[in-house]
Amino acid sequence: MSPADLRHLADLLHRRSGLTIGADKARLIDSKLLPVAQRFGFKDCAAMLAELPYPQEELAEAITEAMTVNESSFFRDRAPFEHFRKHIVPALYVRRAHKRRLRIWCAATATGQEAYSLAMILDEIGLAAEGWKIDLIATDLSAAAIARAKEGIYSQYEAQRGLSVHALVDNFTQENASWRIAERLRRMVTFRCFNLLDHYGWLGEADVVFCRNVLMYFDAHTRAVILRKMLDVVAGDGMLVIGDKENAGPAWTAEAVRGVYSPNTASLVERKTARAL
Amino acid sequence: MKHCLVVDDSRVIRKVACKILESLDFETDEAEDGPTALDSCRMRMPELILLDWQMPNMSGVEFLRTLRREQNGTRPIVVFCTTENDVGYISEAMSAGANEYVVKPYDREILKAKLAQIGFG
Repeated sequence: MSPADLRHLADLLHRRSGLTIGADKARLIDSKLLPVAQRFGFKDCAAMLAELPYPQEELAEAITEAMTVNESSFFRDRAPFEHFRKHIVPALYVRRAHKRRLRIWCAATATGQEAYSLAMILDEIGLAAEGWKIDLIATDLSAAAIARAKEGIYSQYEAQRGLSVHALVDNFTQENASWRIAERLRRMVTFRCFNLLDHYGWLGEADVVFCRNVLMYFDAHTRAVILRKMLDVVAGDGMLVIGDKENAGPAWTAEAVRGVYSPNTASLVERKTARAL
Repeated sequence: MKHCLVVDDSRVIRKVACKILESLDFETDEAEDGPTALDSCRMRMPELILLDWQMPNMSGVEFLRTLRREQNGTRPIVVFCTTENDVGYISEAMSAGANEYVVKPYDREILKAKLAQIGFG
């Protein structure tokens, strides 16, 4: 891949999704983009990348989607989910007792495992049975990932990566070699395509935002912009949960970012100074 | 160091499992069938057992039921590692006293995640 092709690709991705890529990922880029090149009739990636300065919308969208990271697993990293179960939900159970409603946003759900993990926890706690209304919204940039998430069917490998056998048997039904999420859990989640660079107005106010293992793919400026927008979405006494690799840099220290949970800080902190960011 | 007994009639699978477990800081022993595994447990009860289902002489479920009746036999965490992925098999294994269930083929990441769930994190 020529430096000019890489630069054009990096510009396209940054403009459309905020993602950053480096030259060290050239081989990975080739393997991700080859299926797109073949689908659009190019003889190889280089021929397709030559179109990048003025790409057709459909091609630009396909390239952006192919370059997004859809790595996910149930209860990934465990600690944030335990924190959600043991601290965040019990705290909100008290604070929201008057309206009996919770609004939770999974900001980069990929193929749905994170959203369904939260749904399993909420189902187990039994808030809905007590008459609570749960809005669990899950978004991702990738339309293909959202389509898979909505379908809720996972391979044996995906299912047993993070799920205990009890969680698997209680919350999924077997379909040949795959596992389908229970309908009661699938109905708990509203999936939607959404670009984190777009306007957040439709989201309203969320009690909890999960945005894990995605901000690390953005440059510092984009990360700060997205963080600021997310903190505006999170309720004043709510919580933003980020990944354990995402609190690097001066804007991400526990002292500077209040109301943000990351396994690295492993603490629940006051949120009121967050808007000072 | 935690001690794990790998029970499988396939030598290759035992070796692969032991290699993964050793990379996760387990001390390992191997048994090629149920009776040998029971002898091994009577000599030294492990903290963890990875257990195959289909084996000559004694099935994994028969081994597990016998083990749970032995002195200290309730102690080991038992993880079935088998190609049987039907929900009926899973239920039978759990009823027999298994703590977890992994469908083959598995890799280090899956085994590590499963072991973390059951307290070997």
